[in-house]
Amino acid sequence: MLLTSFFVLLIALCAVGYMLGRNKAAAAAGGNLSSLHSLLSYHGWNVALSTFMAGAGVLILWAFLGTFFDGASPLIGVILGTIAALAAFTVTFGQITQSFRARNFVEGLIKALLILASSIAILTTVAIVLSMVFETGRFFSQYPWQDFFFGANWAPNFRGNSDLGMLPLLWGTLYVSFIALLVAVPIGLFAAVYLSEYASSKVRSFAKPMIEVLAGIPTIVYGLFALITVGPMLRDYFAQPLGIGESSSSVMTAGIVMGVMLIPFVSSLSDDIINAVPQAMRDGSLGLGATPSETIRQVVLPAALPGVVGAILLAASRAIGETMIVVMGAGAAARLSLNPFEAMTTVTVKIVSQLTGDTDFSSPETLVAFALGITLFVLTLGLNVLALYIVRKYREQYE
Amino acid sequence: MNDMRIVERDVETREIKIRGDKVQVFYGDNHAIKDVDIEIQDKTVTAFIGPSGCGKSTFLRCLNRMNDTIEGCRVEGEITLDEEDIYNKQVDPVQLRAKVGMVFQKPNPFPKSIYDNVAYGPRIHGLASNKADLDVIVEKSLRRGAIWDEVKDRLDAPGTGLSGGQQQRLCIARAVATEPEVLLMDEPCSALDPIATAQVEELIDELRTNYSVVIVTHSMQQAARVSQKTAFFHLGNLVEYNETGEIFTNPKDPRTESYITGRIG
Amino acid sequence: MTDASANTPATPRVKTSLLELGERTKKRNAAEARFKLYGMMAVGTGVAALLLLLISILSQGLPAFTQTFIKVNITLDESVLDPSGNRDPDEISKVLTFSYDPIINDSLKGLALELSAQHSEVTADVLQDMISAEAKGRLRADVIANPDLIGQTIEYEFLANGRIDGYMKGRVTRETAELDGNVTPLQLDVADAMIVEEKLEKRFNWAFITAPDASELRPEAAGLGVALMGSAYMMAIVFCLALPIGVAASIYLEEFAPKNWITDIIEVNISNLAAVPSIVFGILGLAIFINYMGLPNSAPIVGGLVLTLMTLPTIIISTRASLKAVPPSIRDAALGVGASKMQAIFHHVLPLAAPGILTGTIIGLAQALGETAPLLLIGMVAFVNNYPESIFDPATALPVQVYNFTQRSDPAFVERASGAIIVLLVFLFCMNMIAIILRRRFERRW
Repeated sequence: MLLTSFFVLLIALCAVGYMLGRNKAAAAAGGNLSSLHSLLSYHGWNVALSTFMAGAGVLILWAFLGTFFDGASPLIGVILGTIAALAAFTVTFGQITQSFRARNFVEGLIKALLILASSIAILTTVAIVLSMVFETGRFFSQYPWQDFFFGANWAPNFRGNSDLGMLPLLWGTLYVSFIALLVAVPIGLFAAVYLSEYASSKVRSFAKPMIEVLAGIPTIVYGLFALITVGPMLRDYFAQPLGIGESSSSVMTAGIVMGVMLIPFVSSLSDDIINAVPQAMRDGSLGLGATPSETIRQVVLPAALPGVVGAILLAASRAIGETMIVVMGAGAAARLSLNPFEAMTTVTVKIVSQLTGDTDFSSPETLVAFALGITLFVLTLGLNVLALYIVRKYREQYE
Repeated sequence: MNDMRIVERDVETREIKIRGDKVQVFYGDNHAIKDVDIEIQDKTVTAFIGPSGCGKSTFLRCLNRMNDTIEGCRVEGEITLDEEDIYNKQVDPVQLRAKVGMVFQKPNPFPKSIYDNVAYGPRIHGLASNKADLDVIVEKSLRRGAIWDEVKDRLDAPGTGLSGGQQQRLCIARAVATEPEVLLMDEPCSALDPIATAQVEELIDELRTNYSVVIVTHSMQQAARVSQKTAFFHLGNLVEYNETGEIFTNPKDPRTESYITGRIG
Repeated sequence: MTDASANTPATPRVKTSLLELGERTKKRNAAEARFKLYGMMAVGTGVAALLLLLISILSQGLPAFTQTFIKVNITLDESVLDPSGNRDPDEISKVLTFSYDPIINDSLKGLALELSAQHSEVTADVLQDMISAEAKGRLRADVIANPDLIGQTIEYEFLANGRIDGYMKGRVTRETAELDGNVTPLQLDVADAMIVEEKLEKRFNWAFITAPDASELRPEAAGLGVALMGSAYMMAIVFCLALPIGVAASIYLEEFAPKNWITDIIEVNISNLAAVPSIVFGILGLAIFINYMGLPNSAPIVGGLVLTLMTLPTIIISTRASLKAVPPSIRDAALGVGASKMQAIFHHVLPLAAPGILTGTIIGLAQALGETAPLLLIGMVAFVNNYPESIFDPATALPVQVYNFTQRSDPAFVERASGAIIVLLVFLFCMNMIAIILRRRFERRW
């Protein structure tokens, strides 16, 4: 309520500032508007923007400080904000003369806002790291890090004495991702090759959007697909008849569905990369009497290899960080097993299960999620940086 | 000017290697080549000249069906190689291109070693039964490409690391390695400096002893230096086709004369 | 030339005809055909997967849009529902749901009587178990909304129980009913009898879209109202925050930023943020927005902020691409007539880039709409059956509601989950269509 009235007041002040600023500038011009350095509206905007930024800025600063010091009541913040806004109002209004460079000031303010907006990207990254680092630190003060990183048993127990070894989760994550890539890479790559090198424009205009639609489908839909269709199908037609699994959620289920999700990702990246190989290279090979497939396998793909590897790494990073498909398709049992038809669990599944429901932010069973989160973040970040580096190097090669 | 050479190495009648009969090429609705009749002789260098966009490269690409790779391109009329229609349905363009090799405007070595670049053609066509045979082919081709001495110590180095002129000679060696009967060259010197150009031109002249060479060039001097026969294209038409010396000294068609004297082009 | 010796006449050629295919060529052509086939199979697999997915979701989900209702004649007894008789809404709402039991029971007795011709074993108790537990509450709400009904005998439609509804949709059969504690084969027979008497009817179910979620035992009453509102709130927040911030950041990076290490860091940062797993953003939201800043759990404001941060990279990347597509000549022209750089950008470049920016924003919003994982961590999985009145009230989101449904044991919720997915996909489809139309319509070739 207090905040709302403050902002109403602030905006009213800005509106008044705009009008007064304009009027004063007009008066200063004395009827000859072209004698002003800046347009009337810039004089108005200068007062309004300065007032708003001073008021809002002081309030935000106060709110931020309030999280460090006790006794920072919002009322004092609002009062300080109002004072700052009024001060800015007075100063900027007083500045208005015929030759005052209002446009330059306004543009300076806008530029400051633009810089602020771009710094949000960095702030987000910092916030991500900070949000996990402290809690992870608290976790490791309660639970030895060796046991977390190298423990082969995951058995949280909310009465304490939990085993929180990450290895079974990591194994599940990597196993699911591996199967997903096994599905997505050949299909995606062949689809990209076919669509860019063979397909007639008619087939391309039909098939390409169809495959791209797969990329626009939210992961929850894939999760449901795994849960109600693929899982039961795999269990009824493969696992149970062969006697190798009883569960409809399994590494295979999650892996296959995730693979389908990654097909458009691999194919569109590969498509870009294959198209970056110069036509001259293809002509050279075809001109020697090579068939198109020989050209692709022996000239185009080797030339595109670094880029394709980058694409696969990006896909792997996606697979490792994917959550909903594994939550709904892979199961919840932490297990170190080779049988892909068994239910296993992943890092992301356990982050979700440890952080939803009743959580107690002082127990290691909850805090472990932050340690898992930071592991996941570092893992995917590493893959991304590496992949982007490779892809960029590859692009430069043909530019 | 060493145009005088043309006169010296004139002309015994040679057998016809390629014959074009009422050739038309369309790109979609664009009629790019109109009614071209031509006979290209074996063991001769034939130059196609003409202003840019006149269709000379298009016609060259018809001769080994490289135009097949361009969507919307249609060829009508008849082109024969040794009296066999190359656009016959039974003809596999792959086999045709093994016989009619091509060298492109910009040197385009594969991102592989020099050895593998040259060995690529023989490998896909199965010309060598073992490594030793392949070595022989590679060496022979590099020698024909007049680049053996420069690269013999670094056959494993990537072909892309060579200089532009060396790359182009490597590409010629690569084309020669498949034992073609005809070599098509699409402005092979346009991306090269004068010294490299001179080397490649000398090489073309030597290749004439074994192959029928067809070269597209935008440089009239080059055509005069290396070719025995010259064809002048203009707006998709073959305007004039004759002994090179004739074309340059005594053109029959006013358009040819305008081009040669620099008034169009 | 040093290599002239190599130009001795070549080995005599073996004359081969072009018209005959060599053995090797045949083999190579076969390999070519195989390769091409693999390509076709890959494309086919992708398309088939898409179709299988859509068919499975549609076939499971479409029944969620219809619902079974049971028609009864019900006498709304004034002495029970409005003892004081003055039709005061406050007085009426003091009557508890519990008090409606006898009224409903009476009406069911009447229905049992009507049906006795068809089926001898029908009793009010059998019928009682066939209507939804939600029926009482809905009747009460209707009475409170319209007090004039009191004292009248009206024809009313009770929501049928999930099992009866399942029977109408083919999900429940007599075999499954034998094993099921919640329904008996007798009730299915009664249902058949009611169909004959036109007392049982399946029709389009608006409540699925508008009603709030219902408890685990009442799948027939569960709807998407709260989830849709939550998603709408969040999309509004994302749109209002991500678009201006994204555009501002893009303008700075594309037009003003000096080429130095700070700019490089920002750029690398943005491309990496685009690839950070979404669940990590959920951890960020939980730790920063909820635990540190004290914003309320399960609230759309937190979800909106998290999704904004997630969507920003997408919007920045596409906005920068559209800014880059505006040719420098436009900027030069504006600068040439004396505009400042800021004026050139805001007056000329930005309007020209607007369609591209909007397209990118819509695609970013579509992504945000389907995002689930981060919302799980900020408490949006909680069971909420009150409509949120502001962005600070607890709500759920459409995809999270899907997840919620799948976590419940009653198979009727699978149908609800798939139905919710259909709603989600319809929204996504519309958003993407708008994006495509925008792009087609305003696409400019320079």
